[in-house]
Amino acid sequence: MSVIVIREKCTGCGECLPSCPYEAIVLKDGKAFITEYCQACMTCLNVCPEGAIVEAEVSGKEPVEGYKGVWIFAEQRGGKVASVAFELLGIGRRLADDLSSEVSAVLFGSTEEEAKELIKWGADKVYFASDAIFDRFNDEPYTQLLVRLVNQYKPEILLAGATPIGRSFIPRVAARLRTGLTADCTSLEIDKETHNLLQIRPAFGGNIMATILCPNARPQMATVRPRVMKRGVYDENRRGEIVKVNTDGLSSRTKVIGYVKEETGLSVNLQEAEIIISGGRGLGDSKGFKLLEELARLLGGVVGASRAAVDSGWIPYCHQVGQTGKTVCPKIYLACGISGAVQHLVGMQSSDIIIAINKNPEAPIFNIATYGIVGDLYEILPLLIKRVKEIKGIQG
Amino acid sequence: MRIVVCIKQVPDTSEVKINLETGTLIREGVPSIINPFDLHAIEAGLQLKEKTKGSVTVITMGPPQAETALRDALSMGVDKAVLLSDKAFAGSDTWATSYTLSKAIAKLGADIIICGKQAIDGDTAQVGPETAEFLNIPHISYVRKIEEVTDKFIRVHRMMDEGYDVVESSYPVLITVVKELNEPRLPSLKGKIAAKKAEIIKWGINDIQADENDVGLKGSPTKVKNIFKPQIRSDRKMLEGTPEEQVEALINELRGLKCL
Repeated sequence: MSVIVIREKCTGCGECLPSCPYEAIVLKDGKAFITEYCQACMTCLNVCPEGAIVEAEVSGKEPVEGYKGVWIFAEQRGGKVASVAFELLGIGRRLADDLSSEVSAVLFGSTEEEAKELIKWGADKVYFASDAIFDRFNDEPYTQLLVRLVNQYKPEILLAGATPIGRSFIPRVAARLRTGLTADCTSLEIDKETHNLLQIRPAFGGNIMATILCPNARPQMATVRPRVMKRGVYDENRRGEIVKVNTDGLSSRTKVIGYVKEETGLSVNLQEAEIIISGGRGLGDSKGFKLLEELARLLGGVVGASRAAVDSGWIPYCHQVGQTGKTVCPKIYLACGISGAVQHLVGMQSSDIIIAINKNPEAPIFNIATYGIVGDLYEILPLLIKRVKEIKGIQG
Repeated sequence: MRIVVCIKQVPDTSEVKINLETGTLIREGVPSIINPFDLHAIEAGLQLKEKTKGSVTVITMGPPQAETALRDALSMGVDKAVLLSDKAFAGSDTWATSYTLSKAIAKLGADIIICGKQAIDGDTAQVGPETAEFLNIPHISYVRKIEEVTDKFIRVHRMMDEGYDVVESSYPVLITVVKELNEPRLPSLKGKIAAKKAEIIKWGINDIQADENDVGLKGSPTKVKNIFKPQIRSDRKMLEGTPEEQVEALINELRGLKCL
């Protein structure tokens, strides 16, 4: 696909010019002209009042035949399968059902017991490679074996967790297979007509959502962050097949010498917290977080933050919620002075109850809020703290 | 030691706003900057150069105006700058970008290649590892400390969930770095003056012998189908009135849901 201007329709009004994030549209001979800087982001398509900007199909490539089934890469750390694998099985199962095909998990290292767990979580098949080379994560053997398996069994979709492990070696797999990879998808669906995988993710630093396709290469590959997808149904009695995989000939030029575990403190609490009190740019400075901490303490919750607040240095990165921070789904998410860039929303939109306090009634955070309060958080929060104290019978 | 640092010019996304009616970006007055993670990559390159008496080349792929980013890097003290710019490169996804970068790096020759962990406009973190794959060299992602550099190997700390790995690699190797690694230096006045005059190497598709079927939109396996804004929640309740009334309404709602 690329973007073209229908010259007959273009009136030369110039409205499309500022819409382009790449400054790729200029006026030439009184008509809009798309220069070589165009990244085919399609932003300009909705802007033209005449409908003169359209997308053109790039032809000449045939869809790929012979690929079937959905695969998820089940990563393990210290022998234990990471929970993101069960979430991937949830979405993988759904996609496989839509395609009337199977979902398989790929497990490198760990034990046959863990492979059986993957079946109970929804896998029809588990490709299981037992080898000491997988005890510690290492990019090259992981890449070599996954590429080998894909070439042998030809799945049409391959999903992995957007974790330090998945984000590190999965791109190598995509590069070697000459196929596309879409990072951090927040939603995955099958297009009913073409049976292509619709990969939805935030774009432009998380200011807007984009649907990405990989029409002419297989497998269609995507990563998904932990806690974005819901787990499938656990069935103690589900039957499946464990396929033992040959691991001959794997090698690595990097050596993992050791692992040092660290207490990450609050960042762990953030993902398990039932109540999160979060602050953003609207707080104005680091002192605002004192109020949030007080309310969080009263309610038994923890403090979160938007990227803007973290980038301003008001609070450490381990508090950050959003696409580049943690993904959370607490019972209550209270957003104070957070405008709601998509980058933030994708990290917290599956919370049960979202309460938004913001001065600006147009702030996008109100679009996803359960309860919205338009007002000054420095007026609202002290009142809220006072009332909560009264209810809980706390003096002062 | 030959050090190559890959950088990207990005719009300062913290400044980008959305027109809620059309769902499009308002870009007017939004400055272009060096991707913040790449500043740490440049700093890492300069520190390695000081330690190993090597040279640092900075490379970027982008439109001609990406030259500004290269001059900013030169003002920090890098020795050489390469701009990959060609009409054929437009519309590249991470696959095509990595392929193109790898072709240029192969031409330059490198012992260590350093990238920021991801760019703030795309946030994919894919170009570093994919470039290493095209070069057929190892890579180490999320490096937050360089523990030791000898002429035989490099030993680093790789960030993982709940801790870090200590990883060693031979050369050539590609690393992607996180902010914790270092504090990027500011350009000196002398550096700024030198950067203004410095010559920038400009390469197109023929200079790096890239295959036209593997670059740009044509070489990109992924395509953007459409962009859109997120939907509004249907059960939303706006709490009106004075601040006291708003707080009271919220308390009542939360009590009704047995959350208080």
